[in-house]
Amino acid sequence: MLEYLRDKNIARKLADKIKELVRGHLKLMHVCGTHEQVIASSGLRGLLPENIEVIQGPGCPVCVTPASEIDLAVELASRGNIVTTFGDMLKVPGSERSLADSRADGSQVKVVYSISDAINLARKSPDKEVIHCAIGFETTAPSTAVVILDSPPQNFSIISSHRLIPPAMEALLASGECKIDGFLAPGHVSTVIGAEPYNELARKYNRPIVIAGFEPVDVLYAILMILKQIRDARAEVEIEYTRAVRPEGNPVAIEKMWEAFELSDSSWRGLGNIPNSGLKLKSRFEGYDAIKRFGMEPKASVDIRPGCSCGEILKGLKYPWQCGLFKIQCTPDSPIGPCMVSTEGSCAIWYKYQTQELVKDNV
Amino acid sequence: MCLAVPARVVREVNPDCAVVEISGVRKEIKLGLLNEVEVGDYVILHAGFAIQKLDQGEAEATLKLLEELCSST
Repeated sequence: MLEYLRDKNIARKLADKIKELVRGHLKLMHVCGTHEQVIASSGLRGLLPENIEVIQGPGCPVCVTPASEIDLAVELASRGNIVTTFGDMLKVPGSERSLADSRADGSQVKVVYSISDAINLARKSPDKEVIHCAIGFETTAPSTAVVILDSPPQNFSIISSHRLIPPAMEALLASGECKIDGFLAPGHVSTVIGAEPYNELARKYNRPIVIAGFEPVDVLYAILMILKQIRDARAEVEIEYTRAVRPEGNPVAIEKMWEAFELSDSSWRGLGNIPNSGLKLKSRFEGYDAIKRFGMEPKASVDIRPGCSCGEILKGLKYPWQCGLFKIQCTPDSPIGPCMVSTEGSCAIWYKYQTQELVKDNV
Repeated sequence: MCLAVPARVVREVNPDCAVVEISGVRKEIKLGLLNEVEVGDYVILHAGFAIQKLDQGEAEATLKLLEELCSST
């Protein structure tokens, strides 16, 4: 099946059909770094007609984590605790330092693939506090929930940085700052949440939303599905990624998530505060909330450094090459903003795949 | 963080844990987010957890749809 979903002849045929259907200038947004990866690495923008743009929104959970949350992790590491993090969070700058800087100074910062690895570390180091940076959207939050619900060791806690995608989509639509004619919804977030959370957005803002898979043909087919909706004056939620996304999502994962967490307002790096867009541990689990356990007080953070366009890039207002620092002061080796650090950040992806050479004249 | 990959279940260790295979590499993963996973199933693996089962029937339906779409003018 994968060969079919990567077949360039099928991709070209879909691109031809897209060309036949598109009217006017359309701007579609996706909210998933992995979609940007496949779009960039497969050169899909080169296949699309000039009058369709596909831009990344705030689909990189590492990129939207405020510097203040990184600062908390850095502070806890400096106190001699073990801090665990996913790999692409390691080098993201906080207000002054990253966790990589902390590690270089001798703090115990460990990269983990899974929160389960952090739990194992806590069990092996009973005389140390282990704090896990629980970052991720709805794809990742249920696994944090499973661990919290399963009586984690007493020396384990989390900084909850989980955020929810539909409220961010709504915030962008409500602000009207960015022209968005339709959404490619994130395939793996949607394996958990299903189609229902997007229904109100499609209806209220009259925009088609198609949940897309992660192969090149998936993305092109999802774009075609959006165009068919626009042609037919429909604004519905459809699933292109039917092999992995059920309309009801994963009820077990949803249940676990809401058993451990409740909604909270949340600050998004580059987007500001979005009501009811974050997850915090319910009060009966607050023993595992590192902020409460260690009496931390999140402070105002320097989220966007002078000259950095991560804010506009995360809102879909700019492409990476439109940032004055891109590839000059800001590179993967010396990143200024989070979008250049994370494997799911637009700037890191565009840098890697030289996308701007392909599309610069078209946007 | 959306990064997730399809993986084939090759062995169940206990109700909470299975061994999957991805491109020839085997890995132990957690099953706490799925009921009834069997050897031979394909799951979507994210950060050490299986978050959904791949539906073979839907995969075939998608292929058929694509075939029809691409054979029409």
